[in-house]
Amino acid sequence: MATAIASIPNIASPRGLNVAQAHSITKTYGAVTALRNVDLDLRSGELLALLGPNGAGKTTLVRMLLGLAAPDSGRVTVFGSDPRDEAMRYHVGAMLQVARVPETLKVREHIDLFSSYYPGPLPVAETLRIAGLEDLKDRRFGELSGGQRQRVLFGISICGDPDLLFLDEPTVGLDVEARRLMWTQIRALVARGKTVLLTTHYLNEADALADRIMVLSDGAVVAEGTPAEIKSRAIGKQVRFSSRLSLDQIRSIPGVTAVTADRDKYELHVQAPEPVVRELLQRDAWLTDLEITTAGLEEAFLALTKNQHSNGSN
Amino acid sequence: MATTTYSAPFAVPQRSFRSMVMLFAKEAKYEVIKNTRIPIYAISTIVFPLMFYVLFGIVLTPNNPVNRSQDATYLLATMGTFGVMGASMFGFAVSLAMERGQGWLQVKRASPMPLPAYFTAKLFSSMLFSLAISLAMLSIGVAFAQVRLAPIQVVELIAVLVGATIPFGALGLALGYIAKPNSAPAIVNLVYLPLSFCSGLWIPIFLLPKFLREVARALPPFHISQLALRAVGMSRETGSIAGHLQALAGFTLFFLGIAVVLYRRDEGQLYG
Repeated sequence: MATAIASIPNIASPRGLNVAQAHSITKTYGAVTALRNVDLDLRSGELLALLGPNGAGKTTLVRMLLGLAAPDSGRVTVFGSDPRDEAMRYHVGAMLQVARVPETLKVREHIDLFSSYYPGPLPVAETLRIAGLEDLKDRRFGELSGGQRQRVLFGISICGDPDLLFLDEPTVGLDVEARRLMWTQIRALVARGKTVLLTTHYLNEADALADRIMVLSDGAVVAEGTPAEIKSRAIGKQVRFSSRLSLDQIRSIPGVTAVTADRDKYELHVQAPEPVVRELLQRDAWLTDLEITTAGLEEAFLALTKNQHSNGSN
Repeated sequence: MATTTYSAPFAVPQRSFRSMVMLFAKEAKYEVIKNTRIPIYAISTIVFPLMFYVLFGIVLTPNNPVNRSQDATYLLATMGTFGVMGASMFGFAVSLAMERGQGWLQVKRASPMPLPAYFTAKLFSSMLFSLAISLAMLSIGVAFAQVRLAPIQVVELIAVLVGATIPFGALGLALGYIAKPNSAPAIVNLVYLPLSFCSGLWIPIFLLPKFLREVARALPPFHISQLALRAVGMSRETGSIAGHLQALAGFTLFFLGIAVVLYRRDEGQLYG
């Protein structure tokens, strides 16, 4: 599949220029704050992953960069212009989450129609090949499986040969093999000089693909850096115990990155357990059921965003 | 912030007139294909009106051939109006409500598709279905109920019925912005069926009680059916063609106005 992409021309534009920018974006939907004071700076040729649990505001941010939603305050620019500018859209492709796609059109027809919107699209056969849809091209959309549908939406996003791609949860609902295949396609696009903004709630996906990761939780950026930096923040130990200490007392202990209270047990996420445990025992000598485990990457990451979540809503 | 902004290293492409026409044509083509392949759309918009026409215009008519032909001609105009109304209302309201509510319109709007192409395609598709309904009904009337029309009458009737797509489409557009995806078919029927009855599409207007005849003047299908009846030489009303056209233009602008307000409200939610 990767070889199929070789026919997409390389983009000669220099790397590292500012492609899309969001500047202290805030957005509320009624009582819900979808985004709070978010900054984003997307540079040409990079793959930036927006990582966070469902409801973190990833999709809202993507929709803003696509000109489909406007911030309550703050500023968004894409290629230096307003994202609602129609000309900007010639250079942008988007794979969005959609509840229902017209089911009676065939795969080839969907791609043909979207290709016609762009001034210099890929040949339809080429798009079908890249998205792995050659064998499905004469099937109606309604006859496709979930993974196949995702591939059609991916095909729609790349058919115009755009320089900038927004992929909103591109691998959601895919099985392991299909996910790997999609990763290969995305990497090949980046290798050809495309700029990609991808959202995901899997740390391993962001780690596998991204040059840079921005972690969103409850509408705020809680961490930003290379995959290695983000992982080192997430990696640590879990400390579990029962105690009469209050949540606030525990939170105030230095070195505690996350706290969850579960009935009579606390669960802490810490970088180094020894100083934290020493402090805990000093504050509550009658602490029981102490248990220290190494956190898996995903669990640790979840703990990280959960903690920010509870802080954020205070 | 000291950043080098990636200010479009590429010239902004301008679409030529020809490529714009091709784009609109392709959008329309796939709208028609999409609708043709939805059985419920094809059945409820084409088969139902034809079935009613056969039932009320041919089966349940007097045995006297003169009356029979007259009734069938009268109903060709009113049932024809009923048919094109359905095609336009479903073609606009239901498909727009679904595509809007289920995220598909967002996918299209994230692409460089010009929004007018989207609506033009729906108008074209509805007109094509209206044309199909009118021609099929006319053929049935001519073949089975001794409907006899001069060529100019045929042209006028078809022009009225296909042109009716514009006011009915505008109504459908407004409903498409009011309705949610799941409620759209029900809402369309709630508007469509009473409106057709009160406008005299089911029972001839002159047989309706006086107050309903007054109400009918405030309804778009009444004016379309009167124009259609005039085309076949069977209008009993005194209104002028210009009067009907004026009323229809007024309705169209009114519905478009509602659609624009609701579109802005939609955008307000998106952009607010």
